[in-house]
Amino acid sequence: MPPFQRFVDDHGPAVHGFLVASVGQHDADDCWQETFISALRAYPTLQHDGNLRGWVLTIAHRKAIDSHRSRQRRPVPSETVPEIPVEVPDPLQGEPALWKLVDGLPPKQQAAVQHRFVEDLGYGDIAKLLSCSEAAARRSVHEGVKKLRETWA
Amino acid sequence: MTSVNADLLERLAQRAEAEGLLDVAYAEVDSPIGHLLVASTPKGVVRLSFPSEDEADVLDELATRLSPRILEAPAKLDAVRRELDEYFEGHLKNFKAKLDWTLTGQGFRHEILKHTAKIPYGGTSTYMEMATKAGNRKAYRAAGNALGSNPIPVIVPCHRVLATGGGLGGYGGGLEVKERLLHLEGAL
Repeated sequence: MPPFQRFVDDHGPAVHGFLVASVGQHDADDCWQETFISALRAYPTLQHDGNLRGWVLTIAHRKAIDSHRSRQRRPVPSETVPEIPVEVPDPLQGEPALWKLVDGLPPKQQAAVQHRFVEDLGYGDIAKLLSCSEAAARRSVHEGVKKLRETWA
Repeated sequence: MTSVNADLLERLAQRAEAEGLLDVAYAEVDSPIGHLLVASTPKGVVRLSFPSEDEADVLDELATRLSPRILEAPAKLDAVRRELDEYFEGHLKNFKAKLDWTLTGQGFRHEILKHTAKIPYGGTSTYMEMATKAGNRKAYRAAGNALGSNPIPVIVPCHRVLATGGGLGGYGGGLEVKERLLHLEGAL
């Protein structure tokens, strides 16, 4: 295995980008830490086929799901309601409203769309990450994009 | 695409250490003889490399021989980095940093380096003298080889070992570095 620091340098930014898109800037840093600590734990004995990027994205994907679940369990309390809506700057500098729509997609379509357009992964890699066939991955992306087109007007 | 900031990397190294997952920590050190890389394990300093060595090769070697759980963690190496700074300024005569001898192997080579570590600041010795101390007077050539592959130069002062006839001998970091270190220590 190459030195872990090189693995972090090679894949850290892409994993962070993926996490910002799937859990938001606020939770992305924590998920990133969890992802790389898990990776480090398994690292020395890892049997890999050369696709380390795919492996670490799979871990990140799971951490993102954990984060979504724990966020649902603990709603954030607030004593006061801000009178002015606060616009959080989006690190992707795309359309924040569009990413909100992506968040609203069914989980599999959401993940597929992110892997395709944030990570720029091919359908074969997406299929591996989602444990489905390549055709199903293609369908999830297609359905997701179709839904986005319908709601984004 | 967003990039990973230094704070995030530092937290990763801290967390890795807290969970016992950091087998090798390394940092870069700027010195008058150029950019050095210093690496340590929980036991102590295990490797110091010269500017003449390729950093990626050095890290690959550590990953293969020690563990691939390697992270850049400058905070972990603060003490030895400060000692190196003081040494190059001429203020420090004896390194106090603990050493990890894993990379020196066993037997004769290990003996040679252990005895080399005892040569005092400002002093010099010879390959033959080191070979004699390690138990084989005739093996001065092997002594030279052992010193040439010293994994922790500067701190284990192989630059203080000279040729028997009075010449400088050889040096892994280049002869001009050897000469410079001996000048710094007032041995030349």
